[in-house]
Amino acid sequence: MSAEVTLENVWIRFGDFVAARAVDINIRQGEFFSFLGPSGCGKTTLLRAVSGFLSPSEGRVLIGGKDMAGIGPNKRPTALIFQNLALFPLMTVWENITFALEVRGVSAARRRKRADELLELIALPGQGEKMVDELSGGQRQRVAIARALAAEPGVLLLDEPLSALDLKLRQHMRTELRDIQQRVGITFIYITHDQGEALTMSDNVAVMREGVIEQVADGNTIYDRPATAFVASFVGENNLLRGTVSAVSRAAVTVDTGLGAIRARAADSGGKGSLAVGDDAYVFIRPESLKFDEEKKMDNNISAQIHQQEFEGSFWQVFFSIKGSERKLKLSMVNDGSAMSHQPGQRVTLGFAPELAVATPAGPLAAE
Amino acid sequence: MALVRHLQNFFRRNGAALSVFLLGAVGFWILFMIVLPQLFMVDFSFRVNLPPPKWGTPEHHYTLEHYRYMVYGSAGSESSFNVIDLQVFFKTIVAAIFVTIFDVALCYPIAYYLAQVAHGGWARLMVLSLIVPFWVNEILRAFAFRIIFGASGVLNKGLMALGIIDEPYDFIRENFALYAGLGYAFILLMIFPIYNAIESLDKNQIEAARDLGSPWWRIHWRVVIPFAKPGITSGCTMVFMLTAGALAAPQILGGPSSLWFTQIIYQAFNQAGNWSRGSAYAIILLASCIALVLLLMRAFKVRLGEIAR
Ligand SMILES: Nc1ncnc2c1ncn2[C@@H]1O[C@H](COP(=O)(O)OP(=O)(O)OP(=O)(O)O)[C@@H](O)[C@H]1O
Ligand SMILES: [Mg+2]
Repeated sequence: MSAEVTLENVWIRFGDFVAARAVDINIRQGEFFSFLGPSGCGKTTLLRAVSGFLSPSEGRVLIGGKDMAGIGPNKRPTALIFQNLALFPLMTVWENITFALEVRGVSAARRRKRADELLELIALPGQGEKMVDELSGGQRQRVAIARALAAEPGVLLLDEPLSALDLKLRQHMRTELRDIQQRVGITFIYITHDQGEALTMSDNVAVMREGVIEQVADGNTIYDRPATAFVASFVGENNLLRGTVSAVSRAAVTVDTGLGAIRARAADSGGKGSLAVGDDAYVFIRPESLKFDEEKKMDNNISAQIHQQEFEGSFWQVFFSIKGSERKLKLSMVNDGSAMSHQPGQRVTLGFAPELAVATPAGPLAAE
Repeated sequence: MALVRHLQNFFRRNGAALSVFLLGAVGFWILFMIVLPQLFMVDFSFRVNLPPPKWGTPEHHYTLEHYRYMVYGSAGSESSFNVIDLQVFFKTIVAAIFVTIFDVALCYPIAYYLAQVAHGGWARLMVLSLIVPFWVNEILRAFAFRIIFGASGVLNKGLMALGIIDEPYDFIRENFALYAGLGYAFILLMIFPIYNAIESLDKNQIEAARDLGSPWWRIHWRVVIPFAKPGITSGCTMVFMLTAGALAAPQILGGPSSLWFTQIIYQAFNQAGNWSRGSAYAIILLASCIALVLLLMRAFKVRLGEIAR
C-alpha cells in the first residue's frame, strides 16, 4: 500500500534551463514530506517527475523500490492533487470521487458505496449528487482529496492544494489533511511555498532554491539548525550579521563582524563547505534569541540603539539600529505583563548565547 | 417591458448612431435576405403553378398539389408513390448523415490535436494548411476532385502503379468522388467549433484523468467529448444542413445515375419552370433537416443555447 519514494541524482532540464539539479531524496513510507521553496524553484516540476508527467533528464525515480522509468502516470501508484484541483465539471461529486474505480471497471453499485464512505471521510455526507460547481472552495478541496484517495495510491502528491483558500479555511484544512494522512497512513508529498504549512504538517521538509535541495530535515531542525544561508533567511525571521571567520573550534566559530567578534555555532552543512578561518560568513540570530543584556552576562554582546517598538498583544517586537548597517535588528519578547522600560532612542546592550546563533558560509539569501 | 429595457441599455452602451446602424443592418439582413424570400417560397409552394403574368390573378389559387406530388407523384402514373423523388430524398438525407458522421470522426482528432497537443508555429502552420485550400473556389475544388478521382486521375494511376488494380476504377460512377467531395467541402465548419470547445478545456483535467489511471480512450469518452459536445453538435448541425443542401458538388461529382435532392429542386425551378413545386420541395427538405437536427439534439441532450456558446 503505502510506498517509499526515492529520487536518485535527479536532473531536470528544459533546454538550457535547469529546473532540478542533482536532487537526492529518500521519502520513507507513510511519511508526510514537504517541499518548501519560493515560487519558481522547481517544486511542481519535481512532483511531475514523481507522478510521471515528465521524465528526469538524468537520474532515477523509484517508488516502492521500483524504478519508474518508462512507466506512465496512469500506471504509477501515485495520485496527484493539482494546484487548481482539476475536478471534472460535468460529473457529479460522486462520479468525480470514484473515477479511478470506474476506470478499473468497478460496478456502479460498489462505486456508490465507496463514494459514500469517502464522503463520510471528508465530512461531506450525502453531497454525492451535487455538481462540482455547487460546492464551496473548501468542499471542492476535500472532493479532490477524496478523488485521489479513491485510487488507493501508495503515494499522494499534493501541489499547493490550499493556496486558493482563505486564511481561516487554510488553517482548518491543514489539521484536516494531517488527520486524513494519519488515518489512511499513506505517504504524502506536499508542496508549498508557505513555511507555516510545511513546518506544522510535515515529518520532514526539503527546502529548495532554484532547483537545488538546500536541506532536508524535520521542521525543528530546519528552524533551529538551518544548514545554509538560504534556509536560515527563508524559514522564519532571522537577524543577519556579516563578517569573516577569525577562529574555528570544535564547538563554535568566531566571526569578526563590524560589531566585534561573535561566537556562533557552525551550521551543519553535511560535511561539505564547512567554515575555515578567513572565509566570509553570515551569522543568523532569531529575534527570540536576542536579549537585553546590560550586565554583559552573555558570551556575545552588541551595542545598539532602540529604533522603534511594537506591541503585538502576546509579545513585543523591538527594532534596533546598529553601527554600519542599514538593516534593523529585531528582538521579540514575550509579553509577561511587566511594562516595557525602554524608550526609543535609548542606547542598550544586547546579548545572545552562541548555541542560539548559527554561522553559515556566505551565500545566496531568500528574497525579502 | 424587458425588451424596452434591453433596447435602452443597448443604445446607452453603443451610442445612437452605432445602435441604429447595428439594428438596421441586422434587421435588414434578417428581413430582406431571410424572412421575406422564405415567406415568398412558402406562399409559392401552396399555389398552383402559373407563368409570372398570371400571378396574383384569381386563377393563382392555393393548393396542396405540390406537396401531394412529392409523395404520390402525378395522378396518371402507375406507381402509387412518387418513388423516384422519395428515393432521392431519403438517399440524400441518409448520405448527408453519413457524411456528417465521417466528418466528426475525421475532424475530432484534428481539432483535439490542434487545441491540446500542437503549439506555436507548428499549430499555426497546420491551421493555415487547413484554411488555404478553401481560398480556391468551390466549383474549382469540385473539378479538382474530378481530376483526382477520374479514370486517368492521380488516384487510379497511383493504384495501378502499385499493382493494386489492373484497370481504372470508376470512382465517379460509384459516387466515391461525390462523398469525398462533400466530406471535404465543410470540414472547417466541423473543425473550428470543436477546436473552440476543446481549447477551453483545462489541460489539468486531462492529466488528472490520466493520473487516476484512465487509458486514453476513456479520457476522451468521459472528459474531452462531454466537454466538447456543444462544439460537436454545432459542427454536425452545420455540416449536415449544408451537405443536404449542397448543389455544386453533386452536380460536378455525382455519378450519371445518381441524383441529390437539391438537383431535383434545381430542375424544378430551372428546367421545368415549376417554381411552386421547387418551393414545395425546398421547404420539405428544410423542414425535414430542421426536424431531424432538433430530434438529435434532444436525443443527445444538447440545448440550443449551448451551441451558440
Ligand atoms: N515545460 C516547461 N518548459 C520550460 N520551463 C519550464 C517548464 N515547466 C517549468 N519550467 C520552469 O521551471 C521552473 C520551475 O517551475 P515550477 O512550476 O516547478 O515552479 P514551482 O516551484 O512549482 O513554482 P510555484 O510555487 O510558482 O508553483 C520555472 O522557472 C519554470 O519557468
Ligand atoms: Mg507550482
